Amino acid sequence: MQTVKMVVTGPFSAGKTQFIQSVSEIDVVATERKISSEEERSVKSATTVAMDFGRITVDEDLVLYLFGTPGQKRFDFMWEILSEGMLGFIVMVDSTRPESFREARSILETFRAYAPTPFVVAANKQDAEDAWELDDIRHALRLDKNTKLLPCVATDRNAVKTVLLELLYSILKEMESGK
Amino acid sequence: MALRGNLRDFTITQLLNLINLASKTGTLVVDGVSEQAYISFREGKLAYARVGREDGSLALVLHKANKINANQYRAIADRAGQMTDKELGLLLINAGYVSQEDILLNLQGYFTDVVRKLFSWVEGIFRFENDMLPPEGRINVRLDLENIIMEGSRQLRELEQLQDEIPSLDMALVFTDRPRTNVNLSVEEWKVVKFVDPKNTMRQIASTNKLSEIEIRRIVYGLLQAGLVELVRPAGLPAAQNPKQFPTQNKEEQKSLINKLIGRIRAM
Repeated sequence: MQTVKMVVTGPFSAGKTQFIQSVSEIDVVATERKISSEEERSVKSATTVAMDFGRITVDEDLVLYLFGTPGQKRFDFMWEILSEGMLGFIVMVDSTRPESFREARSILETFRAYAPTPFVVAANKQDAEDAWELDDIRHALRLDKNTKLLPCVATDRNAVKTVLLELLYSILKEMESGK
Repeated sequence: MALRGNLRDFTITQLLNLINLASKTGTLVVDGVSEQAYISFREGKLAYARVGREDGSLALVLHKANKINANQYRAIADRAGQMTDKELGLLLINAGYVSQEDILLNLQGYFTDVVRKLFSWVEGIFRFENDMLPPEGRINVRLDLENIIMEGSRQLRELEQLQDEIPSLDMALVFTDRPRTNVNLSVEEWKVVKFVDPKNTMRQIASTNKLSEIEIRRIVYGLLQAGLVELVRPAGLPAAQNPKQFPTQNKEEQKSLINKLIGRIRAM
């Protein structure tokens, strides 16, 4: 059995667990805990403290694993471990929480430093009324024009599939260009 | 228990706070990455400081403050080698070169600058020597630490914010392709801009220019905000794949595997 992995990262409450749940064929093995901080509890009640784990079986010889990282900075010691050997990574950002953009940028730079693998940025909750537009998010995250910034709704399986496919296209393109 | 440890676990600001609260007397010796610093205290007050090759002598302090010129500094070093700083100070006051206030203010400024420099050190080993006092003959001051601690705390917060913005100094910089209008850069910024190249990591640029972590981060942050540069992975790093990435090392099999994944996800 051959296995490959992709990592889904991003700030606290960006929608990483939901993203994996939307496409995983198994119930996501989530290591969620109740949130103790009042400020964070106002955003959601439980958060990932080690990792989420989803699976997509391609055939009897090949399985893709999706790993979701904990979003809170105090668990960032897990990031490097999870990033080892990944094909590529997805940075999720909550389009309705501009206060998290700075952290998203920091996480993106950290992962870029860990591994020279392709990545895409998924702007989650694009269906929300107060979602920032993609161009504005691109500026806020200081993404260059070559970086794929994709609209996403983590609860929508098709939107999640598109994000995964775009990352795979980037991986393929990089392989073909021989980088 | 000896007061010793690593700056990664205990910051300079925390150390100063402890020395201040415990009214300690002695010398804090810090071995940084490239320099060593000695900061002496009497009953929790800053008394004396020196860093690197500088001896922290009165002649050096007055020369750095442009109170005496290079020739006078050399002459003092040659002829007044046996004289204590107190004797030299009296001589200079009597000769009308400086006032007593000049001497005290410049010494205080110099010692404070040495401590400020330490705020940017994030790596190093420290120890507090209770029995070590400033070298004989040096003039000591009595400076309260509270304001210095406040300044250190502010710098620490700034460093934390800059670390959020620029988490790794192992990334390189490239110029953006946006049109540039006239940009006024400081000397320090020019020193960094000169080395902007995908081959140079920020750590290398800092090392070449003898900049501390906070200094290089501050400059790069300014350049990023101004849209002049962007962060990239350094050129010449090993190929984009690591051995654990794919179950096979055959390039064609790797492509086939990605195509299989694409096909599977499309079909979901």
